[in-house]
Order: sequence, then C-alpha cells, then structure tokens
Amino acid sequence: MNARPDASTIEDLAYRIRELVLAMCVGRGQGYAGQGLALADLMAELFGRAMRRGEDGGYRDRFVLSTGHSAIALFATLGALGWYDQKELETYGMDGSRIEESPLEGVPGFEITGGALGQGLSQALGIALGERMAGRDTTVYCLLSDGELQEGQVWEAAMAAGHHRAANLVAIVDDNRMQADGATAEVMAVEPIDAKFAAFGFEVVRVDGNDPAAVAEAVPPGGRSAAAPLAIVLRTEPGHGVPSFETGHRVHYIRAERALWERAAAELAATRNP
Amino acid sequence: MSTVTTLGAPGTVDAPFAEALAVLGVTRPDTVVLAADLSRYTDVADFAQRYPHRFVQVGMAEQNLMGVGAGLAKAGWVPIITTYGVFATRRAYEQVALALSTGRRPVVIAAFLPGITTPFRATHQAIDDIALMRNIPGMTVVDPMDAIELRAAVLAAVDLGGPVYVRGLRGTVPAQLDADTYRYEVGATHLLRDGADVGIVATGLGTTWALQAAERLESRAVRTAVLHVPTIKPFPTAAVLAFASRFPAIASVENHSATGGLGSAIAEALSTAGSGRPLLRLGTGQEWPPAGSLEHIRRSVGLDAAGIADRVAELLRQVTR
Repeated sequence: MNARPDASTIEDLAYRIRELVLAMCVGRGQGYAGQGLALADLMAELFGRAMRRGEDGGYRDRFVLSTGHSAIALFATLGALGWYDQKELETYGMDGSRIEESPLEGVPGFEITGGALGQGLSQALGIALGERMAGRDTTVYCLLSDGELQEGQVWEAAMAAGHHRAANLVAIVDDNRMQADGATAEVMAVEPIDAKFAAFGFEVVRVDGNDPAAVAEAVPPGGRSAAAPLAIVLRTEPGHGVPSFETGHRVHYIRAERALWERAAAELAATRNP
Repeated sequence: MSTVTTLGAPGTVDAPFAEALAVLGVTRPDTVVLAADLSRYTDVADFAQRYPHRFVQVGMAEQNLMGVGAGLAKAGWVPIITTYGVFATRRAYEQVALALSTGRRPVVIAAFLPGITTPFRATHQAIDDIALMRNIPGMTVVDPMDAIELRAAVLAAVDLGGPVYVRGLRGTVPAQLDADTYRYEVGATHLLRDGADVGIVATGLGTTWALQAAERLESRAVRTAVLHVPTIKPFPTAAVLAFASRFPAIASVENHSATGGLGSAIAEALSTAGSGRPLLRLGTGQEWPPAGSLEHIRRSVGLDAAGIADRVAELLRQVTR
C-alpha cells in the first residue's frame, strides 16, 4: 500500500479539480461551476485519500452522487485522476458529449442516475446493505444537498439506514444554502439538518466544507468502525476558490462571457501563487 | 409466434409466488427479496423466515423500496421487490423509471392486487399499472393468467437481464395451465381455444374471463377463439396480427383499464400495420370501479362472462351486418 497522501497532495488535487471545473464551462459559457468549485475540497479528500483502492487500482469504496447537477465536480475529479482527459471534459454539456450536465448511470464514475433529486440516498443504502450482506468491507459515500432534503424519499432512506444500522454508509450533505428558486431558508427551511439526521439514528458532524483540514478530519477513511451511519453536514461556499464568483455569482447556475471565465481562471491561479 | 396450448384440469395452487421464491431460495443464492410492510400479504413471509439474511424490510416506504432494490442490484444481488401494484407504480413511478430502469440489471417487481382483484377501490385496485410500466424503456411487463404461469414467469424473470414487472396473485390461486408442460417465454402467445367466428385476445385474469365468455358464445353458436398474451411488453405484435387477420373483428379482455394496456397495445399494432380490423377493447373504464367481491365488480364493469359475451356478440352483429 502507498503511504496516506499528505495534505499538500490533497490540496493540489483540489486545485486541479477547480481548474478543470472552470475549463469545462468555457466552451458553452455556462455550467454548474459554483457547485463544482465548492465541492473540490471534499472531492479531493474523498477520491484522493478517504476511499480505498483495491489491488487493481480501482476504488473498492463507492461514491454515489445523488445531486446530479453537481456532476461537474465528479467529472473534474475523475479528470484530475486521469479517468477522463481534459479535451473531453471541455465538451461538458455539448450536443453528443457523454460529459452531460446531469448524466444517467453508466458513465464511468456514475453509479446511479442522480439529478431527479432525492433518489440517491436510498440507492447508496441499498449498495451499503448489499455489500454488507455479501460480507464485503465497503464504505459507501453519498453526496446530496441541503435543498434536496426537501424530498420525502431522503427521509424514508434515512429512517431505513438508521433502522438497519448501516454503519458503512456516509451521507454528505452539501449545505450550500441555495436552490433553484432562491435561498434554501426562504424556499423551504431544512434546518436543523444535524438534529434531523440524529433523530433518524445517524452520527452527525458539521464542518466547513472549504477548510481542507476540517474536511480531512470529518470524512472518515473507508472501513470506518461504528454502530450507526454517519451524516456530514458540509457547509460549502458556492464558487469557492474564485473570489468574484464567491461574491458575485452565488447562484444555482452560472452563464457568462468567455472573458469572465478567463478572469475566473486567473483569479484561481492567483490564489495559488499570490 | 403463437403456440397451441392445452389447458390442464382446473385446480388451485396455494401461494404460487411463495413456491417460486422457495425455488429461487435454493437455486439462486444471489436473489434477495424486499418488502414494504406487506410481506404477509404477498406470500413472502416463508422466504423471509427461511432466508432472513436475504430479506430486506423497508417499512411503508415504496420510493425507498425501489431505491434500496436498485442499490442491492448494484451490489451484485438480484432483487425481487414486492408490494401492491398501485404502490409500485403510482407511488414510486419515478424510482422505478430511473433507479431500476436506466441501467440494465436484473430486477423483478412483483406487484400484487392486479386490477379489480381487491374489494378496496381506487386506493388498492391497480387498473393503470400496465399502462404506466409499458412506457418505461427496457421494462418487461407480464400479466400471468394463473398460478402456473405466475410461478413460471417469476422463475424466468431473474434471467431476463433487465427490469421485469410481474403482476402477482396471492393466496389460493386458480390453476388452469398444465404445470408439467407449461414454460414461460417472453414473446410467446398461447392459443387456448380455437373458433372461426370471432377472436378474443386476453391477458392475466382476463384470459379466464374470456374463456368463460367463449363458452357462453359457443352456446349461442358463435365459435370463439381465445389467444392468451402473458407478456404485454415486449408486445408479440406478429402473433397478435396473425391472429387478428383470421376474424372480421376481434376483442381484447384485460383486468385493467381498457386504455393503455393490452387493448391499446393491440390497437397500436393494428393501426401501425394498416389494418382496419375493428377492435373492441374490454377492461375497466373511465370511472373508478366499485368496492365489493370480484364477482360484483366484474358485473358492474361488464367483465363478467355474460357481459363480455353480450358485447362480443354485438360486435360481431355490427361487423357482419
């Protein structure tokens, strides 16, 4: 086994993910860049360190993306790891491209069809139970979002995960506080997220999702030993890493001229080499 | 193509679905059974008791039921998902469509209380489930006519390589097909009775009802053929068209709405082929069927033997006038 990657390796990976997120949006001038940038630190921790790999190099722990619109984060992560090349990622959302904004299952890395929000946690639970029933030591990480918690199926799944003590299930809530119609708190309040998951039998932690050290501490490596499933409420800042997006584009979806994407890339680079 | 199938001596089978599960318990260690608080009402309890490590209870939560089933499939199991037809389809349609049907993994949905086989009305009578399932890409849809076919269809479904929706029959179930010779095959149709004057295409319990009506028609000197179509999707178009071409008009009989199910599939096939052959679609209509015994409900919606026979005779009068 390789040594556990150090923090700078994970930060390098997160930076590369952010570069690719921006590169993916240039072609059409639009995309879910806010989510991709915000999730880069989590994705780097998950795919760079937490999830275990088998002898063939493939991941033996599993990742389920419920929030299909955040596919950009997963594509960019897999791109940074060499599963996709940048040229193909730059066709994000274009006619005929398999780099879809919200893909169906079966594209490499995408275990489920996410994006019809609310469906992922059930499937992650099913995988977790199935792996446990088969006697395999597999941890299943499921990424969902705060707005998605308004879907009732999420709580059906949470109830069942607690009931079945699915300790090999880790639910990660991207608490970005925005949804299609505006601020989550105004559209339909979902707080207190932590108390809700705790009531359904989860262990719960809240963490700043854009503080790499905090993320590293909150996200357990695969093979966690516990008696209950875990929920991580990950407070993220949409657009994190690109200052003008953090302040000016706290929106669900970004459309912009090429010049603005180029400025975003320069801003990202400046955070690296101030 | 259509095969001539001989019916065995009429009888009954207790819990044919439980029998199928008992077989799979032994022959297919990769199967798991899921329930949403209806295991005792869908003949699953025996399996759950014998194979507790291959049984998953999710409580009254059908959307999660479908999602957990999908996840189990993605962990390498073949899930057999049990609930009532109304809940499997209306309540969890999006989950069936996306979680179970955008990949190509074997999964069986066994959906009980088909059509009007329950005294509860719109809440429990699955009169639109075939219409819904027929529109999901890759879904196989089966409406077995009796215990023998149900058992055979469930055993075959785990090997079809994709999602399969099978209408389930519970408890003491009539048996008409010959258990020793009957084999379920996707695409097969069965000529259960031949006759030269009029043809009825039927599925599920509707096939039994069509056979009863054919007896009555025979006594009125109307020689009636009955073609049983257990698989609504993929639809055996060629066999049905060949059957239809033998008669001046045909009728369809199904334990389901006359819109969206077998009757509609036949109409689509006939019109696509350019056939102008008149088709009388018999099923439930655009009012919620009543409560009560199966006999009462059948009479009320015109699916009792006399009701079917009268309408088929009238159809024949109209086209041969």
